[in-house]
Amino acid sequence: MTDHSNDAVPVDPARVRSKRVEVGGDWKRVSRKYIGVELVGVALFGLVAIGATLVFSLTRWFAQPFGWILVGAAVVTTLVMFAVAPRRVRSIGYQLRDDDLLFRRGIMFHRVVSVPYGRMQLIDINRGPVARFLGLAELRFVTAAAATGVTIPGLVDSDADALRDTLVSLAETRRAGL
Amino acid sequence: MTEPVAPPLPGGGEWLRLHPATPLLKGGIALIAVIGFILANVRERLIEAFVGGPDGGDLIEELYQRGHLGWAIAIVLGALLLGVVAFFLSWRMHTYRINDEAVEVRSGILFRTHRQARLDRIQGIAITRPFIARLFGAARLELSVAGQDAKVQLAYLKGSDVDRLRHDILMLASARRAEEGVAPGATAGGAAGSPDATGPDSLIGRRVTELLAPELDPQEAPPESVVRISPLRLAGSLLASGATLFVLVVAVVLIVVTATGRELGFLFLFVPAFIGGAGYYVRKVTRSLRFSIAATPDGVRVGYGLLTTSNDTLPPGRIHAIEVYQPLLWRPFDWWAIRINRAGHASSGSGSQPATTMLPVGTRGDVDKVLGLLLPGLASADTRHLILAGMVSSGQTPGFAVDFVPAPRRARWLRPFSWRRTGYALAGDAVLLRKGLVWRQLVAVPAARIQSLHLDQGPLSRALDLCTLTLDTVAGPVSASLSVLDRTGSLAAFDAISRAATAAGALEDGSQRVALPAEPQPPRPENDR
Repeated sequence: MTDHSNDAVPVDPARVRSKRVEVGGDWKRVSRKYIGVELVGVALFGLVAIGATLVFSLTRWFAQPFGWILVGAAVVTTLVMFAVAPRRVRSIGYQLRDDDLLFRRGIMFHRVVSVPYGRMQLIDINRGPVARFLGLAELRFVTAAAATGVTIPGLVDSDADALRDTLVSLAETRRAGL
Repeated sequence: MTEPVAPPLPGGGEWLRLHPATPLLKGGIALIAVIGFILANVRERLIEAFVGGPDGGDLIEELYQRGHLGWAIAIVLGALLLGVVAFFLSWRMHTYRINDEAVEVRSGILFRTHRQARLDRIQGIAITRPFIARLFGAARLELSVAGQDAKVQLAYLKGSDVDRLRHDILMLASARRAEEGVAPGATAGGAAGSPDATGPDSLIGRRVTELLAPELDPQEAPPESVVRISPLRLAGSLLASGATLFVLVVAVVLIVVTATGRELGFLFLFVPAFIGGAGYYVRKVTRSLRFSIAATPDGVRVGYGLLTTSNDTLPPGRIHAIEVYQPLLWRPFDWWAIRINRAGHASSGSGSQPATTMLPVGTRGDVDKVLGLLLPGLASADTRHLILAGMVSSGQTPGFAVDFVPAPRRARWLRPFSWRRTGYALAGDAVLLRKGLVWRQLVAVPAARIQSLHLDQGPLSRALDLCTLTLDTVAGPVSASLSVLDRTGSLAAFDAISRAATAAGALEDGSQRVALPAEPQPPRPENDR
C-alpha cells in the first residue's frame, strides 16, 4: 500500500497531466452493480421531470413554445444523467491508508476527503430497496464534524460488513478523545 | 432558607442536594406571587366571613354570595399546597453525585431521570448567576459534553461553593487528583473567605458584598494573563458594527419616505422592529460588559455579564477552531474579535448557548494575549509572526522559516481583491488559514482537532488549475475553508495536514488517557507506525 505519497502510481497517466485534483494510490472502486442503483434513481428522476413538464404542457399551463422547451430540457437532462451514471459510479473510490481513510467522488465537482481513523464516532450501514435487491450496502463514516460526509455507496454486503469491522478496529487502536 | 445544608466538599462520592432556594428560582417565584395574591384578596373576605360584613362586587364576592366560597378557597388552597409539595419533593429528589469518574444527577418525581457525564468527556464548565439567583446567593453550574443538548445542569448551588466545585471537577477530570490539596484549598478559601473577611457577618451584608464583588476573583488568575474590555471600546465597537450600518440605512430610507410621503401612520408598523433592534443592542452590551478572559490553573476562563454574570471554563484542548476577524468598520480603530468552535452544543435557548466569543473587541495586543491563552503552541517565538501576518499582511513576509503559502496569481480571476491575502500555513500543531481583504479573517485549527479534511474542485477551478481546501471541525461559527489554492501545492498540503492531524491525534490520545483506569485495548496491528 502506498502511503502518503504524491508521486505514486497514477491511475491514468492522461488524468495526472490534467488539472484534476488527483491523489495517487491504490483506489478501490465500488461494485459495478451500483450503476444499477444509480440508473433506477435517474429513471425515477426522469419519469417525474418529463412527466410533470409533459402534463403541464399538454394542459396548457405553460405558454406553448416554452412548455415544449422545458420538456426537451428534461429529456436531455435525463439522457445526460443516464450517460454519465457509469462514469459517476467509477469516480467513487476509497483507500485505506496507514492512518486515514481516503474517499473521492464526483466528475465535474470532484472531492477528495481524508479522515484519520481515530476521528471515527460511529459507522452506519444502510441498504436502500434497490441496493438491497442487488445485494449492495452503503457505509457511512461519521465524525464529530457534520461536514465530513464520507458515504461509500455500492459496497457488496459482505464487503461492507468487513470494511466496517476493519474501520472499527483501526479506529480503536488510534482513538482520539473529542 | 438560604443557609444550605450541603456539605462543603463534593467528596465522599455521596449524593448531595441542591440549594434549598432552587424551587423558588426555578419558577416557584410565580407560585409565591399567586399565594400572595390570593392571600391579599381573601384575607378581608375571611375576616368578613367571620365578622360578617357586606359590600364588594368582585369574583370573590360573587362566590361568597352563591355560597361557593368555601369550596373555591379549598380548591385553590389545595392546588397551591400540591404545588408547594411538588416543588419540595422535586427538590428532595433532585440529587447529584461527583466521584472520580463521572458527575451524576438524579431528578424527577414520577419520571426519574438519571444522567451521567464522564469526567474525561467534559468540554467545558459554565457557571451562570442570574440576577435573582444572585440575590439568594445561588448559582447554576453546567457541564457541557459533546453532543446535541448533552449537558448536565446543577441548578442551583450555593454561590460560594460553585467555583470550588468546578475546580474540583476539573481537577478530577484532568486526572490530577485533589491530593494536590494546597492549590484548591487556597483558591477555595479565597472564594469563600473573601466575603466573610471584608463584609459584615450578617446575611444581607454577605449578599451585598457578593453582588458588588468583581466578576473575576483576582486570586484566581495572574493579572497579567487577564484581558479585559473597557465599556467605552465596547460601545464604540457596537456603534461601528454592521448592524448599526443597517439601522442607519433603514432610518435614512424611513426619513426620506416620510418626508416625501403623505401618511405617517405606517411608521407604527416599525415599532416592533425598533423594540427588537433595541433589545439586540441591550443584549449585546449586557453579554459583553465586564468581559474578561484569563488563564486559570483549570483552563481558559471567560466571564461576562453585568447583572446576570456567567463564566465558562474551557479545559485545555477543547477548542476546535479559532477565528480572528475584523469587521470593515473596525479597521480604522484596529479592533479585532475572536470566536471559536467548541463541541458543547446547546440547542435550547440563547441564554444557555455556550460562549463562542472569546474576545468581543480588542486591540492587536489583546488578540495576541488571547491567542496565547487559547493555543499556547501558536504563541512561540518562531510562529508568532504568523499571527500578525495572518491578520494584516498579504503575500509573503520574507525572512521567516514558516510562512503562509499564498494563492497563485491566476487566482485573481476568481478572487480579484483577496487573492494576495489567501494563504495557508502549517505552524507546529495548528493550521492557519488567512483570507479576506475587506473582511479580514485568520482561522487557526489545532491539528489534533481536525476531524477530516477535503479538497474540492469545480469546473471553474479546474480550468484555472485551482482547488478548495476545507478542514472539517465540529459545528460552530468558524468555518475553515480556503478556496483558489494552487492544485499541486494544496495536494501536498492535504497530505501534510492529514499526517499532522493523525500524529497530533495519536499523541494527544496517549497523554489524555494516561491517568484513566486501564481499558482493555485490542492488540495493535503491525502496520502501526
